[in-house]
Amino acid sequence: MELFRSSNIDWLGKKWLFLGFSLIFSIAGVFSLLFWHHLPLGVDFTGGTQITVRFSSTPNEDHIRAAMDAAKVHDARIQRISGAAGLSSNEVIVSLPISSAQDTSHDQGRSEVENALSANYHDSAFTVEKVDIVGPTAGKQLQTQALLATLYSLIGMLIYLWFRFELIYGIAAVVAVFHDTLITIGAFSLSNQEVSLTVIAAILTLIGYSMNDTIVVFDRIREDLAENRRASLAEVVNLAINQTLSRTVLTSSLTFLTALSLYLFGGEVLHGFSFALVVGILIGTYSSIAVAAPMLVAYQNWRARNGKEATLPAAKPVVR
Amino acid sequence: MGKNLAAKTWAIVAILVLFLYGIFGIPHGGWKKSITDRIHLGLDLKGGTHLVLQVQVAEAIGSTTDRDMQALSTALAATGATAQKLDPTAHPEVITINSPNPAKNSDVRSVLNDNAYQGYDVQSSAGGFTLTMKKEAIRDLENRTLDTSIETIRQRIDSLGVSEPVIEKYGLGDNQILVQLPGVDDPGRVENIIQSTAKLEIHEVVGTSYPDEAQALQGLGGMVPADEILVKGSGAVGAPDQVWVLKRAPIVEGLDFRGATAQQDENGRPDVGFTLTTEAGDRFYKYTDANKGTGQMAIVLENKVIEVATIQSAIRDQGRITGGFSQQQADDLSLMLRTGSLPASIKYIETRTVGPSLGAASIHQGVMAAVAGLAAVMIFMLIYYKGAGINADIALLLNLVILLGFMGFSGATLTLPGIAGVILTIGMGVDSNVLIFERVREELRLGKTSAQAIDDGFGHAWNTIFDTHVTTIVSAGILFVFGTGPVKGFAVTLVFGLLANLFTAIFVSRVIFDYLLEKRGRTAALSI
Repeated sequence: MELFRSSNIDWLGKKWLFLGFSLIFSIAGVFSLLFWHHLPLGVDFTGGTQITVRFSSTPNEDHIRAAMDAAKVHDARIQRISGAAGLSSNEVIVSLPISSAQDTSHDQGRSEVENALSANYHDSAFTVEKVDIVGPTAGKQLQTQALLATLYSLIGMLIYLWFRFELIYGIAAVVAVFHDTLITIGAFSLSNQEVSLTVIAAILTLIGYSMNDTIVVFDRIREDLAENRRASLAEVVNLAINQTLSRTVLTSSLTFLTALSLYLFGGEVLHGFSFALVVGILIGTYSSIAVAAPMLVAYQNWRARNGKEATLPAAKPVVR
Repeated sequence: MGKNLAAKTWAIVAILVLFLYGIFGIPHGGWKKSITDRIHLGLDLKGGTHLVLQVQVAEAIGSTTDRDMQALSTALAATGATAQKLDPTAHPEVITINSPNPAKNSDVRSVLNDNAYQGYDVQSSAGGFTLTMKKEAIRDLENRTLDTSIETIRQRIDSLGVSEPVIEKYGLGDNQILVQLPGVDDPGRVENIIQSTAKLEIHEVVGTSYPDEAQALQGLGGMVPADEILVKGSGAVGAPDQVWVLKRAPIVEGLDFRGATAQQDENGRPDVGFTLTTEAGDRFYKYTDANKGTGQMAIVLENKVIEVATIQSAIRDQGRITGGFSQQQADDLSLMLRTGSLPASIKYIETRTVGPSLGAASIHQGVMAAVAGLAAVMIFMLIYYKGAGINADIALLLNLVILLGFMGFSGATLTLPGIAGVILTIGMGVDSNVLIFERVREELRLGKTSAQAIDDGFGHAWNTIFDTHVTTIVSAGILFVFGTGPVKGFAVTLVFGLLANLFTAIFVSRVIFDYLLEKRGRTAALSI
């Protein structure tokens, strides 16, 4: 079976279309980040208390809320969660803001919620499944750490690409990856889903994944540059994208399949994680074709206009 | 089979067996038990409590400078100079010497030059000197405080019988400790026992006691002298709470206590007997001998006066605390004193608890997702690449075996995000196969023979695979170094998965092709 035997699509001819597409999504995301939902950060980063409670029968959210109010537990957010494969579960997440987890009264929120439920909720018995209490110090630390980890891994990849290809390849790849990250985070903001520590892990994965995709295309560009010395860079880039198209589509679909199975079967804890992957894989595949590769051509054209050496040097591939 | 090929096949079988051993060990008591004995499950999968504590090291600095200040006051008495701490909260590391008589300054100097104060930078200032604890000395003290805290917490947790606890420095912030307690899903009592500083001190009582703080301040003329503190507490069993004026520097404290036992007084009430270290015993003897008959001592536990006693006679290293304890309190207190009191108090900054049933559900869901993803990918590869799909599927399964085997051998922890990493490895692992197969197809289209196409296909794809794997390993490595919790668990499986993939996609899949070519001839049509 073969899907793309010899595609001959003029990818670079569509660069304005791509630019428009990328801009729409980026701007929508940035707009939501700035003016609408902002970035809904989970308890890992904001600090606070989050308690997952499982009831022995279908819980009544209004009664839970009433139980909290009766016990004077204010600002509690109550959220039903779904189980595996979208089935309903008897689990509820009760979240309290940061004031419940100050470093001096760390445990207070948890005991308040537990007491409120046992005193005022009479529909069914309950068990506390999971408790996350993150104090302000820890929240700040986790935020810094997530940012630094992302930044360092981008720098690490940039340096490697610089070393193996040319600086411009590294920059183009990092710009493409940044584009993916922005759109994915934008998607979290648009859909008002919480970004947790696990989601950061997913975003880092998609950075790796998108980078992976971009390198496959770049590798082919490098190889084709060495073989087609007469052709223009634009022609070579088009050729390389077309040659790798079959692989690109196949791999994305397969990775997409696994991410989808995570989304469907992985349960609530991995929901945010797999959502980031599902979005990220689509965007990551798109960006290696529509962002990274055209950037190389744009850079070369810019150099040509400035009267500098117009060819993009192809680094030597690894000798086996 | 050629000699070379046979050797390669044996190598693959050996690796398969090796990593199967990594997963299962010597099989015993059912495969589930075999696996969980080898592969460490994270707290999110087996249930338990994860705590991050912050040691308030400033307190340890404060009590060290308190002690030095007290010693300085005594040593400087002849010169008329006094030692004070002007700002004990914001700058516990600074001692100020007030020397009203400049002619005596050289005498003061020579006291300050004593070996005991080597840890301080001495600066002369208007009307005296300023001693600031040196940076290295502070760092050293902080490290010692942290180490002692970890050791103490470990002993306390061990005495509670929690199995396989993790107690270690936590790299994310300063002076933090990570405590992981598998199987503990109601951290209440453990938290109390860890957190209880059991900070036991004996202070000298100054003057009389007051009913509340306002009156105490009034009695002291509006402000508390720098070398004194106000502490609340009853002072005797059943007595109402009062405010006591105590000397800031304790006579004996935390580390001076060597042992403690719960015992009963002559009336059968529980109390706690303690013994001091030899050095502290000497100090205590000197003090009690000098003040016997008149002096009063306050026993302060966790910043609360629990007993005030008049010194009847000189005491060396044995004493006892009657605090009106219940038997449980006397037992807990003596346990904490025995395991050493914490050198500084502790704050919780992060608590995460997962119940065992949620952990089991997470495992179930993770495995479900993995199996579903794996099945989908394997079937797809078979349909799309036919014969070569078998290569990819074998490589994929072997990849999983090696990945899990790595986890078993390295003792790395498998978490839920780790399982997600495994599933992702399936998706990305198959990418190498796709790259190679697509390239082989291309070479075949150019009219090359099967053998030539495979050779060139693998050769060209190798460049790309090498680059993609190195970049991902670079970023996963960075995650491993800088990450904690879910991020780290995920990075572990990703790195192992990528390494395994380099081997299976390049080497194993190639050996299978070579075997087929040898069997059917170098020009036989490939099923790809």
